[in-house]
Amino acid sequence: MHSHDRITVPAPVHTAPPGGQLPRLLPGGFAPGPASLAEHVRRYGHAPAPLRDWPRRNALLDEVERSGLTGRGGAAFPTALKLAAVAAQAAPVVVANGTEGEPASAKDKVLLARSPHLVLDGAVLAATMVGAREVVVVVHHSVREILDQAVAERRRAGLDRVRIRLVTGADRFVGGEASAVVHWIERGVPAPTLTPPRLSERGLGRKPTLVQNVETLAHLALIARYGASWFRALGTALEPGTMLVTILGAVNEPCVREIAIGTPAGEVLSLAGGASAPLQALLLGGYFGRWAGASEAVRLPFSTAGLSSLGAGPGAGLIAALPADACGLAETARVVRYLADESAGQCGPCLFGLDAVAGEVQRLADGRTSSLATLRCWLGQVDGRGACHHPDGTVRMIRSALSVFAPELERHARGWCCATRKGAVLPVPPRRPR
Amino acid sequence: MTRRLRVDPIACEGRGLCAEILPELITLDDWGYPVIRAGSVPDSLMTDAREAVKVCPKLALWLEERR
Repeated sequence: MHSHDRITVPAPVHTAPPGGQLPRLLPGGFAPGPASLAEHVRRYGHAPAPLRDWPRRNALLDEVERSGLTGRGGAAFPTALKLAAVAAQAAPVVVANGTEGEPASAKDKVLLARSPHLVLDGAVLAATMVGAREVVVVVHHSVREILDQAVAERRRAGLDRVRIRLVTGADRFVGGEASAVVHWIERGVPAPTLTPPRLSERGLGRKPTLVQNVETLAHLALIARYGASWFRALGTALEPGTMLVTILGAVNEPCVREIAIGTPAGEVLSLAGGASAPLQALLLGGYFGRWAGASEAVRLPFSTAGLSSLGAGPGAGLIAALPADACGLAETARVVRYLADESAGQCGPCLFGLDAVAGEVQRLADGRTSSLATLRCWLGQVDGRGACHHPDGTVRMIRSALSVFAPELERHARGWCCATRKGAVLPVPPRRPR
Repeated sequence: MTRRLRVDPIACEGRGLCAEILPELITLDDWGYPVIRAGSVPDSLMTDAREAVKVCPKLALWLEERR
């Protein structure tokens, strides 16, 4: 035994859990309900004290940069860059975005319902890092009460030096887009606004605004505690850390799980009990994601780099499994109709173009007289023509469907469909009157 | 310094005056909304471009300076 082994070091206030251990964000085991503040502190220890001096703020900013954390809302933008852009401005605000308007996605709701204090820690830390005095936490209505209780708990404990304001998010697909969230908080309108100006320059109340997805903030709260190396113990060198994924469709136990980024898509499916039927395709990333053939996709790492060969990406962390006996075109048509209906209705090409596109996709799926050439022409006319990426994301998903379900397309043109399954695979809310 | 045409898709209502004045750079899509050709506005069309900006009843079109 070496002599230095006997040197006693003061016990740390809280030991970091092993960096390679999952889950990081969600409670382990079967503990029901949200983690209380006491349980939260027992598991993770206290968040670092408020950072009042710039050297310490900058040190934490450097740590976030070293961690390689990127936004978990779908765009995967480097968090450190966003923090630095807002920190450079005067009197900013922080918005924690837990709107999660996508009907197929549940990861933000599950995170908020199980680990509300981790998200709130991250939101408060982000506020202190950029010099904000107020945090607005926007959450889905289904978890609002849990967050109300968590904020009350923190207030009783006198934990935070910044004001936390809770807002119930708009239950609309585009309601989660960053400028739409700000618009919703400010005026109750869940519609994107034109950028520039960037939100980091002029957002909520015309103040510089940091909008971060709630999962991103939860990771931030752990990086602040345990450091960048700990964070990088899982994931890939290019895309470090873990991410929450919603696994649904033809799997035995649809669920939300935390994975190391780069876990093969097939292994991710097995976390949901594996496929419940032979699979034909996977929808990767969400309704703005891409379809991919199942046999090819299950072998690929679930990461931006891993899925790039399919032109796909993890998006906001969603994998939907399409069984072989379902019709990919019919599923696509239903989702596209929903997305067209969810246009905020502000930009002509999105409002009228997506509606026309949805009609044509439906005719293709129904085997009615339709024109693939017209559809392709319209997709080109709609792509990139809105104030936000709603039309672009929809077009991307349709184009992948036309390529992955090309054989089915030919059969439908001849009046055949291979599907034998009744009922829908992908969740779409009932149509609302316009 | 060059200039290019930009459209605010939220403000635009597809009145189509811009495409009438500047068909060289602005066409209308199948729903009547302007599609602007990529790239900067050539000097020879600058007068028409300024006119197109001026006549837009929704103030949805503007010339953006590009360095």
